[in-house]
Amino acid sequence: MEQHNAHGHESHESHGSMKSYVIGFLLSIVLTIIPLVLVMNDMLSKKATTAIILVMAVLQFAVQLIFFMHLREEQKPRYNLMALIFGLVILLTIVAGSIWIMTYNAIG
Amino acid sequence: MLDKIKEFASEFFVTGDPLILGAQVSIALSLVAIIFTLTFFKKWKWLWTEWLTSVDHKKIGIMYIIASILMLFRGGVDALLMRVQLAAPELEFLHPEHYNQIFTTHGVIMILFMAMPLMFGLFNIVVPLQIGARDVAFPFLNSLSFWMFFFGAMLFNVSFIIGGSPDAGWLAYPPLSELSGSPGLGQDFYIWGIQISGIGSLATGINFVVTILKMRAPGMKLMQMPMFVWSVLSSCITIMFAFPILTVTLFLLFLDRYLGAHFFTLDGGGNPMMYINLIWMWGHPEVYIVILPAFGIFSEVVSAFSKKKLFGYKSMVFALMSISFFSFFTWAHHFFTMGSGANVNAFFALTTMLIAIPTGVKVFNWLFTMYRGRIKFTTPMMWTVAFIPCFVVGGMTGVLLSVAPADFQFHNSYFLIAHFHQVLIGGVVFGYFAGLYYWWPKMFGFRLHEGLGKWAFWFWNIGFYVCFMPQYALGLMGMTRRVNEYDFDMGWQPLNVISTVGAFLMGLAFIFQVWQIAHSIKFYKKEKDGDAWDGRTLEWSIPSPAPLYNFARLPQVTHQDDWWEEKQRIAAGGAPKPLAPLEPIHMPKNSGIPFIMSVCWFTAGFGFVWDWKWMIVTGLAGVAVCMLARSFSYDTDYYIPVDEIERTEAALRGTK
Repeated sequence: MEQHNAHGHESHESHGSMKSYVIGFLLSIVLTIIPLVLVMNDMLSKKATTAIILVMAVLQFAVQLIFFMHLREEQKPRYNLMALIFGLVILLTIVAGSIWIMTYNAIG
Repeated sequence: MLDKIKEFASEFFVTGDPLILGAQVSIALSLVAIIFTLTFFKKWKWLWTEWLTSVDHKKIGIMYIIASILMLFRGGVDALLMRVQLAAPELEFLHPEHYNQIFTTHGVIMILFMAMPLMFGLFNIVVPLQIGARDVAFPFLNSLSFWMFFFGAMLFNVSFIIGGSPDAGWLAYPPLSELSGSPGLGQDFYIWGIQISGIGSLATGINFVVTILKMRAPGMKLMQMPMFVWSVLSSCITIMFAFPILTVTLFLLFLDRYLGAHFFTLDGGGNPMMYINLIWMWGHPEVYIVILPAFGIFSEVVSAFSKKKLFGYKSMVFALMSISFFSFFTWAHHFFTMGSGANVNAFFALTTMLIAIPTGVKVFNWLFTMYRGRIKFTTPMMWTVAFIPCFVVGGMTGVLLSVAPADFQFHNSYFLIAHFHQVLIGGVVFGYFAGLYYWWPKMFGFRLHEGLGKWAFWFWNIGFYVCFMPQYALGLMGMTRRVNEYDFDMGWQPLNVISTVGAFLMGLAFIFQVWQIAHSIKFYKKEKDGDAWDGRTLEWSIPSPAPLYNFARLPQVTHQDDWWEEKQRIAAGGAPKPLAPLEPIHMPKNSGIPFIMSVCWFTAGFGFVWDWKWMIVTGLAGVAVCMLARSFSYDTDYYIPVDEIERTEAALRGTK
C-alpha cells in the first residue's frame, strides 16, 4: 500500500554512507582533542585559548549537522533547515539577551 | 536492629503532621485496595497487555487524562488548604513550613502535572484522528513520553510522604533553592521529578511536530488542517525550543546542589539572578505552550456549534504562529523589579504588549464566527462562551502588569496572583474542559450527562469570580503572594473570606464533574454513530470510540472541514464517494520497554535524591539495558489482515 511507504519505516531516505560517517567521526574527535590538548598543556594565552575553543565548538556544530544530521541531503520542504534557522535565532536571543540583562546585575 | 529501622523510617517518611499522616494512611489503604481489586478480578494481565504496554495513541491519551485529573484533585486540595489558612490565619491551620510546601507543590502540580498532561492527552486522542492518520509518527516514543511524565510526576508527588516536599516556590529560585537555603530533600525531588517528566514533554513535542508535518491524510494541505492541529503545531514547536532551556537550568541547579558547583550561589562567582533569567526563558514560552492548544479547542468548538466555517482561518494561523515566535522574546517581564535598567524593561514591556495583539485578533475571530451562526449551547460551547470575557479581563490585567513602572507596584502581589489564575483557569482550564466535553463521545463512545455538566459549569464560573476578583483588590491593598498570615488590622480578612468561599464553590464544581462522569457511566448509552455533534472535521467520520487502526480506508481530503463539506455534498444529492478496496494495515506492536525504562529512571532519580549510589547505578544501568534492548529488537510491527478489518468494521457499523 502506498500509504505505508509514505510514512512507515519502510521508506528509505538516504542515510549517508559509511565513508561520510567515518569522516564525520574522525573530524569530531579531532575537534574535541585540539582544545583539550591546548588547555591541558597551557599552550596559549587565556584569550587565544578561549577563542580557539569557541571556533572549535562552532566547527563541531557544523560537522554534526552535515555528517550526522544530513542537513545537505534533505528533500523539500526543508523543515530541518527551517528548524535550524529558528533554533539559531532562539540561541542568539538566549545568549545576547542574557548578556544584556545580566550586565546590570553583576555581583561583585 | 529495630532501633535502626525506626531511625531510618523516621528519616525516610515525613512525620509529625496529622494532615500528612492522614494522607499516608489513605494512600496506603488505596494502594492495598487497588492491588486487591486487580488480583481478585485477575486483571493484572489485562492491565499490562491492554494499557501499560500499549502504543495506541488513543489509550495513551486516556491514561494522560486520568493522570491529569488525579493531579487536578491533588493540586485542588492544596489550593483549598491554602484558602482555609488565609481565611482565618489566626487559627494556624497550617504551619508556616507546611504552607510553603503547599504553595510550591500547588504551582508545580497544576502547571506541569495537570495542565501539561491534560493537553498531551487531548493531543494524543485528537490530532491523529483529525489529520486522518493511524497513529502518531513515533508510537514507541509516545508511550515512553507518557511513562516518563507519569514516573516523573510520581517522584515529585511521593516527596510529600517520603523525604519532605519542596518549599522554595514553584520555580525554585536560588539562593533559597540552593543547598544553603534548602538543605532538605524536597528540592532534589523537585529537580528530578521535573527533569524526568521534562524529557517526556520534549519527546512529545517532537513527536507531534513530525506527525503533523509528515502523516496528514492524502490531499490535506497545511492550510486545510483543522485549527486545533495548527494550535498543536505551534505549541509543540514552542516545546521543542523551550524545554531544553528548562532541562539545562535545572541541571545546573543540580550540579550546584549535588557537586558543589557555583552557578547560582552567592559566592564563588555564581549569580542567582542568572537562574531567574534562564528559568523564565522556559517559563514564559511554557504558559503559551499550555494556552495555544486551548485556543485551538475554542476554534473547533465555536465553529462546530455555530454551524459556520471558522472566521478568519488565515489570520488565526498567523496569530498562533506569531504568538509561538514572540513568546520567546518577553521573558524579562517576570522580573522587571530585578533592576536590569530602563532599556531592558522598556524593550520587554513593548514585546509583552505586542504579543497581546494576535491574541486580540483571535477573540474577534471567535466572535465573528458566532455572529449570525445557529448557536447551540451545549456544555463545550458554554465553556467557550464563558472563556471569552474571562480571558479578555485576564489579558487586560496582564497588559496592566506589562507596564514596567506600574509593575513595581503590582509585582508579586495578589494582583499578579489573580491575573495569572484568571488566564490559566479562564483560558487553559476552561479550554481543556471544553475539549474534554467536546471529544468525550469520541474517546469513550458515550455522552456525558448535560444537566450535571451545566451545574458544574455554573459552580466553576461563579466560584471563579468569587474567588479571584477579591484578590485583585487585595493585591492593590498590599497583600503579597506566599504570605501565610496577616494582622487583623490590615483589613484583608473580609475579602480573603469571600475568596475562600469562591474556592470551595470550585471544589463543589469538581465534585459535580465527578458525579457527572459516574452518572453517565452508570446510565451508559452507546453512541449510535460516530458523529456526536454533527461535526466538521475528520474525527467525526469514524465510529466512536475509534477502532485500533482509526481509518479502515485513509480519507482523501479536498477541503478544509472536509467531513462537513462531504455531508453537505451528499445532502445536496451528490453520490457518496466509491469505497476503495481494503488493504492490510501496518501497525506498531506493543512494547513493555517504555514502562520498564521509566521505572528505571524513577529508580535512578530516587537514588539521586537520597544519594544512594547503588540505587543510582542500578537505575541508570536499567535505562542502558532498555535502550540496547530496543535498538536490537526488529520485531516491532505487524499487519492487520483484510478479513479482520472487515469483521471489525462490520461489527462497528452494524450497531448503527
